[in-house]
Amino acid sequence: MASDATPAPPPGRLRIRHLLGLEGVCREDIEKILTTAESFKEVLDRPIKKVPPLRGQTIVNLFYEPSTRTRISFELAEKRLSADVVNFTTAASSVQKGESLRDTVKNILAMKTDVIVIRHPSPGAPHFLTRATDAIILNAGDGAHEHPTQGLLDMYTLWERWRTLEGKRVLILGDVLHSRVARSNIWGLLTMGAQVAVCGPATLVPACLADLGIEVFTDVDAALDTGFDAVNVLRIQRERQSSDFLPSLREYARLFGIDAARASRLRPGALVMHPGPMNRGVEITSEVADGDASVILDQVTNGLAVRMAVLYLLCGGQVPAAAAREGE
Amino acid sequence: MTYRSTFRAVGVIVGGRVIDPASGFDGVADVILDGKGRVERIERAGRDRRYERVPGAVLDAGGMIVAPGFVDLHCHLREPGREDEETVASGSAAGVRGGFTTLCCMPNTEPAIADQETVRFVLDRASSAPGRVYPVGAITRDREGKSLAEIAEMVAAGAVAFSDDGAPVASAGLLRRAMQYAHMFGVPIVEHCETPELSGNGVMHEGLVSTKLGLRGIPAISEEICVARDIALSRETGTHLHVAHVSTAGSVAIIRAAKAAGVNVTAEVTPHHLMLTDDWVARDFDPLYKVNPPLRTADDVTALRAGLADGTIDCIATDHAPHAEQEKDGEFDLAPFGTVGLETALGVCVKALRETGLMEWLLLIDCLSRRPAQVFHLPAGAIAPGAPADIAIIDPDARWTVTPDQLTSKSKNSAFYGWELTGLVKSTIVDGRLVHESNGARGRALPS
Repeated sequence: MASDATPAPPPGRLRIRHLLGLEGVCREDIEKILTTAESFKEVLDRPIKKVPPLRGQTIVNLFYEPSTRTRISFELAEKRLSADVVNFTTAASSVQKGESLRDTVKNILAMKTDVIVIRHPSPGAPHFLTRATDAIILNAGDGAHEHPTQGLLDMYTLWERWRTLEGKRVLILGDVLHSRVARSNIWGLLTMGAQVAVCGPATLVPACLADLGIEVFTDVDAALDTGFDAVNVLRIQRERQSSDFLPSLREYARLFGIDAARASRLRPGALVMHPGPMNRGVEITSEVADGDASVILDQVTNGLAVRMAVLYLLCGGQVPAAAAREGE
Repeated sequence: MTYRSTFRAVGVIVGGRVIDPASGFDGVADVILDGKGRVERIERAGRDRRYERVPGAVLDAGGMIVAPGFVDLHCHLREPGREDEETVASGSAAGVRGGFTTLCCMPNTEPAIADQETVRFVLDRASSAPGRVYPVGAITRDREGKSLAEIAEMVAAGAVAFSDDGAPVASAGLLRRAMQYAHMFGVPIVEHCETPELSGNGVMHEGLVSTKLGLRGIPAISEEICVARDIALSRETGTHLHVAHVSTAGSVAIIRAAKAAGVNVTAEVTPHHLMLTDDWVARDFDPLYKVNPPLRTADDVTALRAGLADGTIDCIATDHAPHAEQEKDGEFDLAPFGTVGLETALGVCVKALRETGLMEWLLLIDCLSRRPAQVFHLPAGAIAPGAPADIAIIDPDARWTVTPDQLTSKSKNSAFYGWELTGLVKSTIVDGRLVHESNGARGRALPS
């Protein structure tokens, strides 16, 4: 869900002011992010991997949930853009003393920060911040809602290979019900003209997704028969097993796991993706995860470039809010 | 002497369009009160000037609708326990501002209204409130769903119905015994119909919107299974079952079939379920739209409106659920369920039921007054000789915008901020006394 859409952004800027999700983000914005990410990926190959666009801007990484790769990726992207970075985790904060999200953020903003990158277990927490603050908000994953930079980096990984997503068929496989990655992928891919299908056990794939114009399968072999250019394998969340969504991981692996035989039924040149962390031997075998079709590590690298692009386009070219306040 | 006796007495209401669903009367008339809190007679407008000899005041209701005071079978007044959110007095004040002269308050307080002392406490507080307030007692001790509360003693103390509202009685065996026991006293059992194991930790309607938002869903079947179960128990025991806040098309169909089969079941629907869909949650995840049962789909809203119009659903009840500002100001899934509703009920119902062409004023007022009074056997809902002089005077054309400043409830968690509503309660009379008069209401005191 995009907010604050404006009709005509200046060059180098996006129509959206915040990145809350990919639902509603226009094709023009996505294309701008993908092409900008390409130029930042080039920066990552330089001996000195740092550029100055966000010098003087202060970014807070507000992580209410454990995260390794997303937090490191954001932090590196911010540092590569020369921003000042503060990391906040709830385990060592006033949140443990009962402080509300609004008060936590108000306190952080009182320290003159410009951008908040938030990961939160509650869907819509970033949207709440847009009502509670004037800062630029970047959603780094809100519950089972969206994870827009993951969706963008997944799209970038495909776009980098194909230069277009129009007409490409992408299968999202696994626990769609609880996956913020799946939602962001669905919105982004549909906007870019791809055909999207989801597949997984009926307990984990809401049938109403068909109302979004995507195919819904509960039989992975039947799905593969329809031909796909890429499969995005979602992590099976082991913590969900106590809720009786699945009889066993063993049965899941047999029914829905991607092994070499199933991967071979993808279209020639097709790509295998996974947002990580992987449960090897459950949703994906090592043979596939480390095989020629896998672009899983490319996704991680591309995540850095995409996050640099998003931060640059949301913040770049404007006077840092803190500096503007000081000049008043 | 009650608090109400300190309000200005009304002797006669002149020149209004009197709508009395009990008699079917709908015409311009004068309503003469007897000075003792009751209606004396209704007569043709301006027939004579005898009213000028009536002690007290004349209320000029020209251009207004004169209706029986509204009766709310379902509100939360938070006292005892959360007086920061609402009290019996403040809730009653909000009620009379919305035209509700009678409120029935649910027992999910702290402590719960689950014994005769707490029933008496609420009634004591009610004696100094501007409107009438009747407590609903808990079905089970402390609303824990484990053993029966002392229903007989609460009936004797003044409880008018029984409910564990906020939750269903999850045990079918215990609910069966509660119905058998309550049957001895002729009191309704009010069920918050929900199947806990199906609702889980859901926070909104389960469907396409919840899937898009990644919020945990409460499926329609959770309500419908419980409605069906409770109706089966009502059929077996013969006990009056009142289904609270019906929210799904499936529930309407189940209740319709049960009524056709002669089951002793009644039901209510809230204004917000008649007006809003789950799409509203998608507007920035605002916890003001978090209610239980959750806002459902457009098809459900259509079925609820039709069910109310054809009598399957007996009446409108607000489920007025006040919450402190900080509790609704944060993450959607962490916020409590509920919206305030006493002061917006009329305007929202006008929008949902009159402006859609579904109801004329007579039926709408019936759903807000006579019908709910009948459900709980309350002495209200009519403008008739000898009836309590509990009256709402409505400006049917007044337009107003819902803002926090407009609400007198202690809590401001309304799902209707920014809405322009048509229909405003200008004056409210309880026991023959003017307990609410909005700005611009016309009225003058007779010279003594």
